[in-house]
Amino acid sequence: MAILEVKDLKKNFGNTEVLKGISFTMEKGEVLSIIGSSGSGKTTLLRCLNFLETADHGTISVEGKTIYDGESAVLRSEKQIRKNRLNFGLVFQQFNLFPQYSVLRNLTLPPELNASKEDINNSGGKTAFRKQLETKGMELLTRIGLAEKKDSYPCELSGGQQQRVAIARALMLTPDILCFDEPTSALDPELTREVLQVIKDLKNSNNTMIVVTHEMDFARNVSDRILFMSDGYVAESGAPDKLFNAPETAALKSFLNNSLN
Amino acid sequence: METFIKVTLQLAGGFGTTLALFFLTLLFAIPLALLFAVFAGSSIKPLKYLMRAFIYIIRGTPLLLQLMIVVYLPGIAFNAPLTKWQIFGGNVATSYFCGALFAFVVNYACYFAEIFRGGIENIPKGQYEACAVLGMTRSQTFFRVILLQVIRNILAPMSNEVVTLVKDTALARTVSVVEIFFAASELLRVQFIIWPLFYTGVFYLGFSALVTLLFNMAEKKLSKYWK
Repeated sequence: MAILEVKDLKKNFGNTEVLKGISFTMEKGEVLSIIGSSGSGKTTLLRCLNFLETADHGTISVEGKTIYDGESAVLRSEKQIRKNRLNFGLVFQQFNLFPQYSVLRNLTLPPELNASKEDINNSGGKTAFRKQLETKGMELLTRIGLAEKKDSYPCELSGGQQQRVAIARALMLTPDILCFDEPTSALDPELTREVLQVIKDLKNSNNTMIVVTHEMDFARNVSDRILFMSDGYVAESGAPDKLFNAPETAALKSFLNNSLN
Repeated sequence: METFIKVTLQLAGGFGTTLALFFLTLLFAIPLALLFAVFAGSSIKPLKYLMRAFIYIIRGTPLLLQLMIVVYLPGIAFNAPLTKWQIFGGNVATSYFCGALFAFVVNYACYFAEIFRGGIENIPKGQYEACAVLGMTRSQTFFRVILLQVIRNILAPMSNEVVTLVKDTALARTVSVVEIFFAASELLRVQFIIWPLFYTGVFYLGFSALVTLLFNMAEKKLSKYWK
């Protein structure tokens, strides 16, 4: 069964139609890159998946369960959305770490605030629960190579390090699908590499990911499938080799020409 | 030397009233300002514009005038002088003090409200969005993530206003509140000694220094987190 199924998603901002009916599916462990020129709607699509925008029409299903339906008031309620959005993680272009907390606390705070009373009781009380979160946080920090920075504050880290921490923070909530919104656009080229390396490692451990990106090499080499968006539609999609070597639409041809040269 | 000690004690008595006015103004003006800031940024249009108009009027007129209106207008216009209101027992000095305090609180709440509003609006949208995608509720977002950043944003402008408040308390003498400046003028009026008037500056300076020091310490503590 598809881990994610998006059907006919539409979104308007005032009179501007930004998404004009997006449909696609994803399998578990798949890495999907979304490419396209600015204004094509790729960031809006990602934001709709994470409920930072509410789509006007269409459905979003995770593992066969419909978690969003533009027509259903119940699924659009704030409480329901807060619950459902945890199916998705989102890594921002601007990292958005919490400046007043240490690296490790940035990781442990969200799951601590999300925990129910049962979660805490099951792990043997507040202190034990926090300890567990810290252990998990340290595991993730070790994995992204920043264990020694656990007590640093975000402002003391480079952009690339901040972005890696932001990825770890998103992983703390073990989302089914991890989304990246142009994760390297705010970074220098040499810092870009370390962030992309982390994403590659995540792919190897079977994480399902959607990456909105301008890094064509990354899209080509790391993703299993590419969605090319143009003017609010999915203009073309398929395996990277096919899209890069044999683009069918004029829009993709001209986009590739402009991006690769 | 004996006069010096006597004068100092007398001024210190007045300074007690100055300090009371200062701290009580802060105590009431800060929560009121939070309320004003919420109203001024409200999505209910009439409330928002009424609040903003009120803030505009208060910030656009002298505190001196506001003091006179609060303390004298009830007596002049409605034949109900403040002293007859029986505020905390109806003692004349208490009545004047409460009137002055009211004017100070409203005036400073308007200034603080604008600072708070600016401090809240300056928080990057991304902080709220990060909290949202990490599943936090609105109140968790505000209290666990946003609030400290707001405090950090408003510390410098608040320090300015609070130091101004230290000195503005001198205006209370115009409505018969016996604060330090009033006490000094009394010494001039009754005993013909003029230097205590200038000596009050030492009290103000000392206290401003203390306030500035506290704000600097707070800023230093918070700047650990931010560049």
